[in-house]
Amino acid sequence: MAPVDVTIGRRPDLTGALLGDTDPAAQGGWTDHPPRMGFFTDTSVCIGCKACEVACKEWNAIPEDGLVFTGMSMDNTQGLGADTWRHVAFVEQRKPLAVQDPGVLHEGVDVLALAPQGSGTSPDEAGTTPTTPGDPGDLRWLMASDVCKHCTHAACLDVCPTGSLFRTEFGTVVVQEDICNGCGYCIPACPYGVIDQRKDDGRAWKCTLCYDRLTVGQEPACAKNCPTDSIQFGPLDELRERAGARLASLHDGGVTDARLYGRDPHDGVGGDGAFFLLLDEPEVYGLPPDPVVTTRDLPAMWRRVGAAAATLVGAAVAAFVAGRRI
Amino acid sequence: MAECHPVGFQWVMEAKARGATVIHVDPRFTRTSALADLHVPLRAGTDIAFLGGIINYVLANEKDFREYIVAYTNAGTILTDEYRDTEDLDGVFSGLDTEERTYDFHTWQYEGMEVQAASGQRDQEYEDHPGTKKGRASSKSVRQSGRGEAHGSGGAAIAGEPEVDPTLQHPRCVYQVLKRHYARYTPEMVEQICGVPQDTFRQVCELLTDNSGRDRTSAFVYSVGWTQHTVGVQYIRTAAVLQQLLGNIGRPGGGIMALRGHASIQGSTDIPTLFNLLPGYIPMPHAHAHMDLDSFIEGESPRKGYWAEMRAYTVSLLKAWWGPAATPENDFCFDYLPRLTGSHSTYETVMAQLAGNCKGYFVLGENPAVGSANAKMQRMGMANLEWLVVRDFSLIESATWWKDGPEIETGELRTEDIGTEVFFLPAAAHTEKDGSFTNTQRMLQWHHQAVEPAGDARSDLWFAFHLGRRIREKLAGSTDEMDRPLLDLTWDYPTTPLQSHPGDVEPEAEAVLAEINGWDAEGGPLSSYEQLNDDGSTACGCWIYCGVYSDGVNQASRRTPATEQNWVANQWGWAWPANRRVLYNRASADPDGKPWSARKALVWWDEEKALWQGHDIPDFTASKSPHYRPPTDASGAEALAGVDPFVMQADGKSWLFVPAGLTDGPLPTHYEPQESPVPNLLYSQQRNPVRQILSMVHPDDRFQPSGSEPGAEVFPYMMSTYRIAEHHTAGGMSRYQPYLAELAPEMFCEVSPELARERGLEHAGWATIVTARNCIEARVLVTERMTPMTINGRVLHHVGLPYHWGQGGLARGDSANDLAHLSLDPNSHIQEVKVGQCDIRPGRRPRGPARVELVKEYQRRAGITEHTGTEI
Amino acid sequence: MPTDDAVERERQGAGTPGTDVTKDGLRGVRPDREAVTGVTTGRPRGGRGRRRRGGETPQVPDATFTSYYAEPVINKPVWEAPDIPGYLFLGGLAGAASLLGAGAQRTGRRRLERSSKVGAVAAGFLSLVGLVHDLGRPQRFLNMLRVFKVTSPMSVGSWLLAGYIPVAGAAAASAVTGRAPRAGAAATVAAATLGPAVASYTAALISDTAVPAWHDGYREMPFVFVGSGATAAGGLGLLTAPVAETGPARALALAGTALELATFERMERRLGMVGEVYSQGRGGAYVRAGTLLSVAGVVGAVLGRRSRVASAVCGAAMLAASAATRWGVFHAGMQSADDPKYTVVPQRQRLEQGEPATGTSTTTRTPAATTAPSEAAEA
Ligand SMILES: Nc1nc2c(c(=O)[nH]1)N[C@H]1C(S)=C(S)[C@@H](COP(=O)(O)OP(=O)(O)OC[C@H]3O[C@@H](n4cnc5c(=O)[nH]c(N)nc54)[C@H](O)[C@@H]3O)O[C@H]1N2
Ligand SMILES: Nc1nc2c(c(=O)[nH]1)N[C@H]1C(S)=C(S)[C@@H](COP(=O)(O)OP(=O)(O)OC[C@H]3O[C@@H](n4cnc5c(=O)[nH]c(N)nc54)[C@H](O)[C@@H]3O)O[C@H]1N2
Ligand code: SF4
Ligand code: SF4
Ligand code: SF4
Ligand code: SF4
Ligand code: SF4
Ligand SMILES: [Mo]
Repeated sequence: MAPVDVTIGRRPDLTGALLGDTDPAAQGGWTDHPPRMGFFTDTSVCIGCKACEVACKEWNAIPEDGLVFTGMSMDNTQGLGADTWRHVAFVEQRKPLAVQDPGVLHEGVDVLALAPQGSGTSPDEAGTTPTTPGDPGDLRWLMASDVCKHCTHAACLDVCPTGSLFRTEFGTVVVQEDICNGCGYCIPACPYGVIDQRKDDGRAWKCTLCYDRLTVGQEPACAKNCPTDSIQFGPLDELRERAGARLASLHDGGVTDARLYGRDPHDGVGGDGAFFLLLDEPEVYGLPPDPVVTTRDLPAMWRRVGAAAATLVGAAVAAFVAGRRI
Repeated sequence: MAECHPVGFQWVMEAKARGATVIHVDPRFTRTSALADLHVPLRAGTDIAFLGGIINYVLANEKDFREYIVAYTNAGTILTDEYRDTEDLDGVFSGLDTEERTYDFHTWQYEGMEVQAASGQRDQEYEDHPGTKKGRASSKSVRQSGRGEAHGSGGAAIAGEPEVDPTLQHPRCVYQVLKRHYARYTPEMVEQICGVPQDTFRQVCELLTDNSGRDRTSAFVYSVGWTQHTVGVQYIRTAAVLQQLLGNIGRPGGGIMALRGHASIQGSTDIPTLFNLLPGYIPMPHAHAHMDLDSFIEGESPRKGYWAEMRAYTVSLLKAWWGPAATPENDFCFDYLPRLTGSHSTYETVMAQLAGNCKGYFVLGENPAVGSANAKMQRMGMANLEWLVVRDFSLIESATWWKDGPEIETGELRTEDIGTEVFFLPAAAHTEKDGSFTNTQRMLQWHHQAVEPAGDARSDLWFAFHLGRRIREKLAGSTDEMDRPLLDLTWDYPTTPLQSHPGDVEPEAEAVLAEINGWDAEGGPLSSYEQLNDDGSTACGCWIYCGVYSDGVNQASRRTPATEQNWVANQWGWAWPANRRVLYNRASADPDGKPWSARKALVWWDEEKALWQGHDIPDFTASKSPHYRPPTDASGAEALAGVDPFVMQADGKSWLFVPAGLTDGPLPTHYEPQESPVPNLLYSQQRNPVRQILSMVHPDDRFQPSGSEPGAEVFPYMMSTYRIAEHHTAGGMSRYQPYLAELAPEMFCEVSPELARERGLEHAGWATIVTARNCIEARVLVTERMTPMTINGRVLHHVGLPYHWGQGGLARGDSANDLAHLSLDPNSHIQEVKVGQCDIRPGRRPRGPARVELVKEYQRRAGITEHTGTEI
Repeated sequence: MPTDDAVERERQGAGTPGTDVTKDGLRGVRPDREAVTGVTTGRPRGGRGRRRRGGETPQVPDATFTSYYAEPVINKPVWEAPDIPGYLFLGGLAGAASLLGAGAQRTGRRRLERSSKVGAVAAGFLSLVGLVHDLGRPQRFLNMLRVFKVTSPMSVGSWLLAGYIPVAGAAAASAVTGRAPRAGAAATVAAATLGPAVASYTAALISDTAVPAWHDGYREMPFVFVGSGATAAGGLGLLTAPVAETGPARALALAGTALELATFERMERRLGMVGEVYSQGRGGAYVRAGTLLSVAGVVGAVLGRRSRVASAVCGAAMLAASAATRWGVFHAGMQSADDPKYTVVPQRQRLEQGEPATGTSTTTRTPAATTAPSEAAEA
């Protein structure tokens, strides 16, 4: 079962992109493959220790990503990119975490005047670590570890012109660095802003879901290191089921803000191979609220390209007809 | 805990999943608070008032676990009528010697008997031991040096039987004394002192007491947020009093967990790197004239409990060190042991360096130029040495201060003037060597070498072994008596050649472990400290570790999976003593030996088998019936009754009131920190009267005025130093690592939006923080996680300072420890870096000599002299 | 906010026994470490009341949009100017010029034929150069031809260029040298067949991304692009051919400009708030310049159709106009990628209107917005 060149001579992802929940590995050309593996990241138990970030870097020998003090709460990593495949977001909010009492009180100063746009304020413009509008005395500190979603319908993979990105037997999406020519197409294609180009070598890099570890039966490095099991790794079916139960128990417990993100196999990317339990809207964590695999619209795009081309031909013919007169 | 012990925090999360409620008491809202059910911000330095308030609540509302405290604690024990409490003396206890700044604790005794200090502590009483009765003279140097890390396994010596009132009604019984002592710690007072609203405080009281007693238990978890104070040990004592009252000691789900620091910091007190202890908490002998082994033992060991066998432990230790040279005739080489002449803690050593008395210094696994309080003093001290040896992974600040330290920049030191010869030796990391870690659960876990160290890096064991070998080679043939202790050492450890350097050999770590475990006369491995003899027939390098190599098997390397053993997991690693996981677990059963509650069963007395049974290994003589009562002439373990669970204590009881063993009082009392913006609202005594300062007076270590003293307003903000998850301590292991450096690349301070506005601090901009010692700069993180507190009617702000940065490595910044002073806890000599006072101003600090000038200007404005803050 | 009931329930929850340590072992243990945080204490209600009274509740406007510290949601393209906007511009020019060249050949406009064909192959080649230059690892360009993927417009485009450049080259060579006229004619037909695709596929290329201003403009973008290409090709003809031969070039430019302006207008309108990037910042400036230049060029070309100089100047303006449009589209896209609101707000609106994206939407469901303008353009 050679993983390379699986895209030659077929159009798996074009049709795949239109079909909702599918078996991505099979579409990638794998027969007799293991179950689809993925992550369920339960951010409600994340303690923001960043062990996942560091473990990922250690295991994959990713270069250091810049020494920048950002002022974004405890996040100095800023986001996913070529040299950050796990990123822990920190969000300070004037919102209650269920009925937790945070003990803090800020009546002396209108902090929201210091950060007028709430958490959407960039640190340069903020007088304080940006905080979502809310009541004084409410505070919760959300932490969430983000990663490549290993989309069922992966735009990065679809648009890759070299076949460098491929679908593994585990249904995950991986870059083959020896094939990538740095065209950069996958980068804006990803609706989540995951994959990126490494400046000094020109290639695109992202989470491999530790393909090398999976193939020898090991758990990914980030999940292995997560002390609170915020990152759970396993067959996607099981994870989806577990996440449902977890959501129910949180709701029962009064954590009504809890929601699942990327679990629905009928969403715009056909469901994420790495999905999340969040405590607020996705955009609060820097995630798109309703992502769509861009190639979903590709057939329509091609149709319009065809029409436009025809229009051009028509215009040219007309120009020669009319050209005699003007 | 989520910040500093994230891996351990998984068990807090698991406890939560099982229904636990988590309360986080911390001035700041941290990662821990984020996951807690209740975060209680309190003013740094006021936990005794807070916990004392809970004690008052428990006593006033009779929420104590009465049967437990009557049976297992000294609640009913009656004190002498000489004892005077802080209630009587406005904040100090009887026995205060204001000249020497020490307590004479003879008035803190039980009626009808004399109690002696805990281990590491007893020596101060040597001359007036209950057995020897040599009078009450004790020298100052002894008192200071004897201020030991008494948190090991030691108890105190007691002679005679105490008088006990089981009804707890006697006005001089501990229970009543306690009640009076804490009566003024009311919710109103807690609110005024700690800034904790009364209803939040009541909620904590209710949650805690509702969850304690026969059927439920609560645990306390602390680390250096409680210890790094001039009253640090008393913080822990307050928690201990509370947990005893609630019956939360020795029971499943209870206890007080000291989360420790470096991977084997527990190991380094068990087999100490401390000046005043020998392995297993045996005190270091003091330089009394002509003291021999017998008088040492007589002066140190109690009659009852396991400490009564101290002679066996000491002799076995001496046999392990000096082998055949140690004979009964020469007192087992007892005279080879060095003797203390006073306190030699790390900070006193710095003073000795500055005074020119200490000429050479080994810095192994430490980065004092960044990590120690008033780090400038550390650097200045090192600049006054003849030689300095640093063994570390990287060229840390402690190895490079002479060329790039802050004093070079200010011009206070010039490289060409520094005479210190600095040797840097690369050290091997734990992955590059065999060895053990002892964690906070007293559990030893063996780690195996994964790779050989690269290049010249070698293990510390290699270094110590070869250093000893070479010195012994140099001394070989010497007839000088002074060299005998070195030449007679057993230094015959087996070695294996290094693969990368075949000519070089590494000593075998397991052989050292075997020696620590000990062997009998035939050389067979021992399995329990109960086998140790005082006649020289056994050798044991550390009695509490005896059994770690039983049957010749490295018990510390056991890794039986959780699924293959019970939930206590006694087959994972090995815990001292005797592989027990919960200390004093006999207290989990009632006096009759039955579990206090069906849902809290840990060990119990099985009448049929006539044995203690349970999930854990009983921390009790297995066959001793609960109904056993010792004959009057019994000694040692025999002298403990079947209802005496605290087997290391001479009376087998847990102590609410500590009649001896603590240098600063038998009961925890709230004092303000060395530097505090508020006066002590409870007593006219402002600070811990016996805090350790006098030995440290130095122009580079000036104190600031406090409370309502003139000049205090120059430093209007509270300051606290701490850790963040991203970095480790003084940074030698994190700032030099790119993956960690990038997570927190610069020194920063955390301030509330209110403080930012008050001082014009800009988010993500720069601020300068100033104390009477120094000034540093930091990036500003303005966050609502920092909350202003209303203290005694006044709004107070905290400036939060992680202390991980220095001038070296990839992530650089000023060091918070340049701001800290040297006022220490008198028991443990720990620095008060958790609370101080400072000023904060926008912008970067001045460069060059102007930096020193700014500090001097502040000193002038605050009217600071060498006497400021040194009042008793 | 949880109700008081919920608080009460949770308080009671805290009082339930939880896990037991019995003589027989553990009882009531849940298998996982799934803590539910923040629910077992409840707030001291008195305390909150007291606090609330003390502090003024700040009046904050309802945040319409939130983000993570104003950080972009998507990673913006690593493509750079001039490589990529140049690539878009030159592709359009080449494709349309091939048509013009073929028509000129057919109608016997030799100079127009020659310059169009030479222009086409040169532009096609340069567009490839632009692409290769922009590759992170240009030496690996050939990996483009490792696979053919219809899901990747860049793959399609690479194959297209690989087919187009040789035939366009052959057509040009024959036209310039006058040799192998048959082969030249065949190549001309081939180039004119591939040309429209070359001129239009780049629209799919940029639209097939998550860049809001590009993706959401996918319905009109191909028309904008062919229009702009036609303008450029017409401009090239005007610049290079004698007045006698420029009629069709002028007509093509006119048609191109009309098409471009009309569809651009539609695109901006339909993009709604995202469309503002086409009139703001750098992108907007280029777009405005493009509009001005093309309108001026077309008007000038019509009015000054008898003047060789005027025609040439107007031709140059049209080329510049086309380039400016592409630069504008390029930078507008970058702007929309840089600011999270362009990603978040439309998606949020979609959700609020109860129309979340689904993987099947294009085949099974036609969102309301897709009806009007582009369908018309298609028709
Ligand atoms: N990531 C990380 N982990 C570490 C270390 C590290 O440097 N980095 N160091 C290790 C070492 S050596 C140690 S000793 C441990 C220390 O572990 P901790 O004791 O947890 O560490 P700190 O952050 O120094 O202090 C803990 C908290 O005490 C709070 N605090 C300050 N003053 C007071 C007070 O008066 N009362 C109360 N209740 N709280 C107060 C601080 O705000 C801080 O949040 O961590 C170990 N683990
Ligand atoms: N202001 C302030 N100051 C504090 C504290 C605070 O909370 N606030 N906390 C205090 C506490 S609790 C502590 S523990 C200290 C820590 O302070 P230090 O102990 O001075 O600092 P570390 O950075 O932990 O230094 C340990 C060094 O040992 C090296 N090392 C690691 N393993 C080995 C080894 O096997 N062999 C050798 N030879 N070297 C090794 C590491 O590279 C590192 O440089 O700081 C104290 N100082
Ligand atoms: S999240 Fe982005 S990078 Fe990851 S598979 Fe999906 S499209 Fe590709
Ligand atoms: S940058 Fe590499 S991985 Fe991404 S689309 Fe281009 S060739 Fe594929
Ligand atoms: S799965 Fe592997 S590559 Fe992906 S984030 Fe985790 S550690 Fe990194
Ligand atoms: S996901 Fe896990 S490892 Fe990562 S920060 Fe959260 S708790 Fe730590
Ligand atoms: S660094 Fe080591 S000791 Fe500290 S929490 Fe992590 S695993 Fe535990
Ligand atoms: Mo520590």
